[in-house]
Amino acid sequence: MSSDMLPLLLKALGETVYMVAVSMVIATLLGIPLGVLLHITSKGQILESLSLNRVIGAIVNAIRSIPFIILMVAIIPFTRLLVGTSIGTTAAMVPLVIASIPFIGRQVETSLKEVPYGVVEAALSMGATPMQIIWRVLLPEAMPSITAQLTTVIIALVGESAMAGAIGGGGLGDLAIRYGYQRFRLDVMIATVVILIVLIQLVQFAGNTLARHLNKR
Amino acid sequence: MIKLSNIEKTYDSPSGPVKALKRISLEIKRGEIYGIIGLSGAGKSTLIRCINMLERPTSGQVIVDSKDLTAMSEKELRTARKNIGMIFQHFNLLSSATVYDNIAFPLRLSGTGEEEIRKKVEPLLRLVGLSDKKDQYPAQLSGGQKQRVGIARALASDPKILLCDEATSALDPQTTKSILELIQDINRKLSLTVVVITHEMQVIKDICDKVAVIENGVIAEQGTVIEVFTNPQAAITKEFISVLLSNELPTAFQGSTISQEPVPGSYLLLRLVFLGESADNPVIAGMIRSCKIECTILFGNLDRISSTPFGRIIIGITGENAEIEKALEYLKNNDLKMEVIGYVKRHAAPLA
Repeated sequence: MSSDMLPLLLKALGETVYMVAVSMVIATLLGIPLGVLLHITSKGQILESLSLNRVIGAIVNAIRSIPFIILMVAIIPFTRLLVGTSIGTTAAMVPLVIASIPFIGRQVETSLKEVPYGVVEAALSMGATPMQIIWRVLLPEAMPSITAQLTTVIIALVGESAMAGAIGGGGLGDLAIRYGYQRFRLDVMIATVVILIVLIQLVQFAGNTLARHLNKR
Repeated sequence: MIKLSNIEKTYDSPSGPVKALKRISLEIKRGEIYGIIGLSGAGKSTLIRCINMLERPTSGQVIVDSKDLTAMSEKELRTARKNIGMIFQHFNLLSSATVYDNIAFPLRLSGTGEEEIRKKVEPLLRLVGLSDKKDQYPAQLSGGQKQRVGIARALASDPKILLCDEATSALDPQTTKSILELIQDINRKLSLTVVVITHEMQVIKDICDKVAVIENGVIAEQGTVIEVFTNPQAAITKEFISVLLSNELPTAFQGSTISQEPVPGSYLLLRLVFLGESADNPVIAGMIRSCKIECTILFGNLDRISSTPFGRIIIGITGENAEIEKALEYLKNNDLKMEVIGYVKRHAAPLA
């Protein structure tokens, strides 16, 4: 591989990390409340509201059933409205965030379901408010599991960010397609794949370590 | 302290409404340890949850400390619940918090300052004997230690009432004993009113003053533990007691024909129950002295029911019919409970 490729690879890596990191932060900030809402409105939970739960659940399922590449194209008008353009790294983050919010919502819901109801009941018996139960019982108790689930979401985001290259999002996936595939640069293809493998390993390792550190069970 | 009147609880189920509790009324006085015993599914867990309104009764009134909880809003209830501590079968501790933080939890909910929390938690840690474990996580503790944390946590907000929901059912007998002693100890030290839900008569016998037996959502029987133990009325109560106090005849007599009429050469078997003071009286010696009979003690045991001595013996007596009548009369005039089992042929007994 010629040395001229190095700056390209580094730039692409930077774009991928930027896209994934920013999307992940925004999607987490919105996805965790969504997951909490899905959980606490379900049957037998502290703010049970089955009709609300069904409506939110249906919307989440609808977004999750759209393949990412189609979602990306379908929401172009919305993206343009939000960031003023439909191409580029920032524009690519809009569909990434939208696809990740319901994903995180479901993952967080699953984690919260693992918290035994008895612990919630104990807090209720001490006069805890619903907000106190969310902040002091559900989220801390589910945190090791949520950490593990969010790791999975980051890995999925890395994969989706490669598709975002198709709308000029840049990043490693884009580089692999433009140089590795369209220009038959096998060295570039191999380099991007190796970088992706290392990146995913690092994310998984960090996620596992953090989850293990948080888990006191 | 706690007054439940006409509590009803109905659940909706796919096969129609299910009545979990039917017109339950009971009164628990300040400082009492009140036991509620029943088989699983009898409604006892629902009942204890009605006391702090974790379950809202379908109808009826819950009066705690002269306040009607059934008439309260959720917000008022949250304040009222700080007066009622609760411990659970599966402890329900926060696995992500240390022993110290678990005990501090109810105080943090009320926004108590850290310094004040420390002043409160440290003595509680000493009370339950876990000062050296305060930085450990629940997963590092044994079942008994976890329940001690649960008790300390329940006491942190200075409640007047402690609800124990099958608090010892997940523990081994040895640990059960020490937890029950702790509950009894805090009942006395802090003059706390305690409500105990259990399916084990042993728990009732060891620490309770009063007991209600619940079956299919109704109270089958209630009274002081001594009354209920010595004179059970309902079949379910007798069943619970029989686990602890076997009513079977000594093995040597099992299978022998018992006749209610005197048979030549037979023993008349009597079951005697002594309670409190009378357990110390030399009743048997007195009987032998005043009547011309022979007496053999076939079975005997001395126990305690909530710190009252409680003795049970089975004796066999022989002699002239008139003398036996005299002996029965003598026993009746003494402060004890007597039950005539019947005559058993002498040769059937290993004593001849």
